Amino acid sequence: MSVELMEFGEAMERFDPVLGLEVHVELNTVSKMFCGCSTAFGAAPNTQTCPVCLGLPGSLPVVNGKAVESAIRIGLALGCSVATWCRFARKNYFYPDMPKDYQISQYDEPIAFDGSVEVEVDGVVHTIPIERAHMEEDTGKSVHVGGATGRIHGADYSLLDYNRAGVPLIEIVTKPVRGTGSQAPEVARAYVTYLRDLLRSLGVSDVRMEQGSLRCDANVSLMPKGTTDLGTRTETKNVNSLRSVERALRYEICRQAAVLAGGGTVTQETRHWHEDGGYTSAGRSKEEAEDYRYFPEPDLVPIAPSDDWVATLRATLPEAPGVRAARLRQAWSFTEREYGDVVNAGAVDLVAATVEAGAAPAAARKWWLGELQRRANEAGVELADVGMSPAQVAGLQGLVDLGVVNDTLARQVIDGVLAGEGEPSQVVSSRGLTVVSDTGALESAIDRAIEANPDVAQKIRDGKVQAAGAVIGAVMRELKGQADAAKVRQLLLAKLGVEPT
Amino acid sequence: MSHILTATAAQLAARIAQGDLSAVEVTQAHLDQIAAVDGAVHAFLHVDRERALAQARAVDDARRAGDTLSPLAGVPIALKDVFCYAGAPTTCGSRILAGWVPPYDATATRRLLDAGLVILGKTNMDEFAMGSSTENSAYGPTHNPWDLDRIPGGSGGGSSAVLAAYESPLALGLDTGGSIRQPASVTGTVGVKPTYGGTSRYGLVAMASSLDQPGPCARTVLDAALLHQVIGGYDPRDSTSINAPVPDVVAAARLADVAGMRIGVVKELGGEGYAPGVEQRFHEAVEALRGAGAEVVEVSCPHFDYALGAYYLIMPSEVSSNLARFDAMRYGLRVGDDGERSAEEVMNLSRGRGFGDEVKRRIIIGTYALSSGYYDAYYGSAQKVRTLIAGDFARAFQVADVLVSPTTPTTAFRLGERVDDPLAMYKADLCTIPSNMAGNASASFPVGLAPEDGLPVGFQVMAPPMADDRLYRVGAALERLLPALVPPRLPGSLAGGEASR
Amino acid sequence: MPPVPLTPDDVARLASLARVDLTRAELEHLAPQLDVILDAVASVSQVAGPDVVPTSHALPLVNVFRADVVAASLPVEDALAMAPATSGQRFRVPRILGEEQ
Repeated sequence: MSVELMEFGEAMERFDPVLGLEVHVELNTVSKMFCGCSTAFGAAPNTQTCPVCLGLPGSLPVVNGKAVESAIRIGLALGCSVATWCRFARKNYFYPDMPKDYQISQYDEPIAFDGSVEVEVDGVVHTIPIERAHMEEDTGKSVHVGGATGRIHGADYSLLDYNRAGVPLIEIVTKPVRGTGSQAPEVARAYVTYLRDLLRSLGVSDVRMEQGSLRCDANVSLMPKGTTDLGTRTETKNVNSLRSVERALRYEICRQAAVLAGGGTVTQETRHWHEDGGYTSAGRSKEEAEDYRYFPEPDLVPIAPSDDWVATLRATLPEAPGVRAARLRQAWSFTEREYGDVVNAGAVDLVAATVEAGAAPAAARKWWLGELQRRANEAGVELADVGMSPAQVAGLQGLVDLGVVNDTLARQVIDGVLAGEGEPSQVVSSRGLTVVSDTGALESAIDRAIEANPDVAQKIRDGKVQAAGAVIGAVMRELKGQADAAKVRQLLLAKLGVEPT
Repeated sequence: MSHILTATAAQLAARIAQGDLSAVEVTQAHLDQIAAVDGAVHAFLHVDRERALAQARAVDDARRAGDTLSPLAGVPIALKDVFCYAGAPTTCGSRILAGWVPPYDATATRRLLDAGLVILGKTNMDEFAMGSSTENSAYGPTHNPWDLDRIPGGSGGGSSAVLAAYESPLALGLDTGGSIRQPASVTGTVGVKPTYGGTSRYGLVAMASSLDQPGPCARTVLDAALLHQVIGGYDPRDSTSINAPVPDVVAAARLADVAGMRIGVVKELGGEGYAPGVEQRFHEAVEALRGAGAEVVEVSCPHFDYALGAYYLIMPSEVSSNLARFDAMRYGLRVGDDGERSAEEVMNLSRGRGFGDEVKRRIIIGTYALSSGYYDAYYGSAQKVRTLIAGDFARAFQVADVLVSPTTPTTAFRLGERVDDPLAMYKADLCTIPSNMAGNASASFPVGLAPEDGLPVGFQVMAPPMADDRLYRVGAALERLLPALVPPRLPGSLAGGEASR
Repeated sequence: MPPVPLTPDDVARLASLARVDLTRAELEHLAPQLDVILDAVASVSQVAGPDVVPTSHALPLVNVFRADVVAASLPVEDALAMAPATSGQRFRVPRILGEEQ
């Protein structure tokens, strides 16, 4: 059965998409949410379990304080309010990967709520309203055996590993995101990217989608243009990369548009994204929505973060990635392209430190993305490990600014620093790399060069100023490069009675 | 032999510590008594013979080596089959856990073992602690040693019966709505429900998490106090456990003086539906306390009339969730796994086969009370009634130090009498339930036999949260003031007719 | 609000939600019993006004946390010891019909 799709452009002419994104973040605590079992990745099956996370009769949960701290920090970083009092709740449903057949989660009392973030797509800023961020526990992992594709359908039996059961998760849910228009798929991708960078800067998760520490369920519904009533939405799972977020939503928009245009109705359902084929398929349709029978978790007591605690955590927040980028770019007067190059090289912090140590931003960029990047590539190391510190780079540029060394000599200074010969100024002294600035010495050298190149000198006198290069080169060679080429040129032309151009 | 069996735990411990008796002798005597009478009483589901003797030997070795022994070292104890004891089956009186051996100890179990008590085995109970007669056990009922045709109370009928049958001097129970106190009442023994949070619930198979509390069962008040001291106190594995020292219950039991105490008689807990003999002994006991210097006042707790209804909404709701984990996937009975059936079908079949009628009733009620559309009217409303009940207690405790009532409206009814009438069965918990709802401390003490049937009557004492010691003061005073109850001698019993005091 | 009487079909639906198989006889036997119980507890919904705060915890405890440190897990043999079926150190369960939530 082939699925009808409307062309994206046409779909966007006729409909307005409304997005909803649910992102699950696996926290990087060393122990689980409600017990002391390790969360380390890759252990042999069922070797990181205990009565609590296996849900053995009689076991009881105890909350991991670090997870609560991370949850609050995430909420603050998303601009949310932090609850003054909240509880955990049981979400009751049966599934073999759930040891207790209920999940300890939060229901109507999330720890953080009502925030927003901004993302930019092609110069357009979109505000993504955040409904809530709440704490919950992860399930075990199932492997389905016997079916064709390793998926549930058609499997003969399943095997369960509960190492992952009980790992702390934070679920971040947006409010319906309207007004993204045809940028909807990119906005979704930009939002998840932003979240990933933000969470990474908070240090609360590894945020690797391909490993499952960042998971995204993408929801979308369509409204006919000009109407305001929300359409029926679908939820798409198995969206395992940033690219998939964009592709899956684009597909769903096209599919739903075709359904609606054909006079049909969109079925409210969970769909599964197939990355290889680039399509979504329907999950098992349910006759009625699951009734989770939420009630407050009686085995845990409420969480009431004090104002002091929240203020302390707020002070630990790093600057938001977007804010930092805008600030630095402006402060450094870089173009978007120039800043982007620095970001891509992973050199933002290095450049910032070099500027902090006194170098001009452009110079800092030049050294790190030029000479030092080349040497790092040669040595096969990260730029930060190349062997020269931002302070040293700033020191080197300072010598250049003073005219003590020129660019050619500076490269030799770098050699010395990397060889462990000391600070840039030390290397200059010990290797005798100073630019000759004594005018007398320069003039003598120039005289000698003119004498050695009478024909070239005559050409210059006759107006062919470009020929000066050969004479300058001769001077530089005699002085072993330890001269300021511009100064040599100036003196040479003056000697020959030519106006400098 | 008989002097060992009828001795108190305190006496046995003293004689063991002195070297007058060996722990092995004491344990063997009780094992012999179990062999002699448990065929008729059926209090034990599992006798852990070899390990008990090994534990006894260890105590004797320690004494010989000159180690200081804990106050109850060498004293035998029986555990309600809801406490996890690694290496021994824990069935909770259910077919669904037949043969389940936990890989860990409950905190209460661990504390007993660390204090040198000798665990004789696991005692019978209503399935998953649901019932007031132990007739709901999947393994057959326990018989009341006072009259083998009558119920021993429930859900912890086994724990109280072992005491009255001299099979053990001590037992551990779990009280959710009266499951320690009501059996104590109908067997003429002492049963205490500590303040909620006063003893750890870790390792107790959960029934209603916000109501469950483990507690001591004994023949004398001092024995119960000594046991309370061993098992009570903060446990970091139980988030609901109170981080404060156990109230000095042993000192209170030794004090036994009620002069100046204000005793509040709860107006709503008496009258119609209460057996005349029960009321008579109750009032006599109150008068005895008055004669000993206590001041008696009447208090009204009007919301107690709704306690039963609220309890039978909250408890099944929490139970329906707590019992969800018995899904045949990781442990417990699995039925119907023929390679064709799905996990869902196997879950349904296993639970259908493994749970008894009362458990099914309460799971259905609980599922209903939590389901969407009904939560506010049922579970939500019941939680409000808890607030009102707590309010009644708070007001009453302003004018009284303890509140008193009969423990249960009748003496032991006959086996089979109420099995087809769930509501009649539930009414046995009328007096005990309010304390579970509010979380305060409560106990039952024997105060004589009802004239009409010669069966034991229990007197309930209720104290504010964390004032457990007041229970023991009043109980010990009653013990001094009133004649001791001596159960009739069971056929084959090795215990003499006299109880020592 | 007096509860609407529960039909055997209502009970069947609840039993399905609770994953408990009930025979037809059990369904018919249970429904009236449940009605009696629900009738008795119905008065509960009338007692408390809207201003009464529900109690979910008897104790006024808040903020009970543990430190984020690793503690010993169960030996894997213990974790699997009571499993109805295992395969390669995993719990083996019959084929699952439903989707993950």
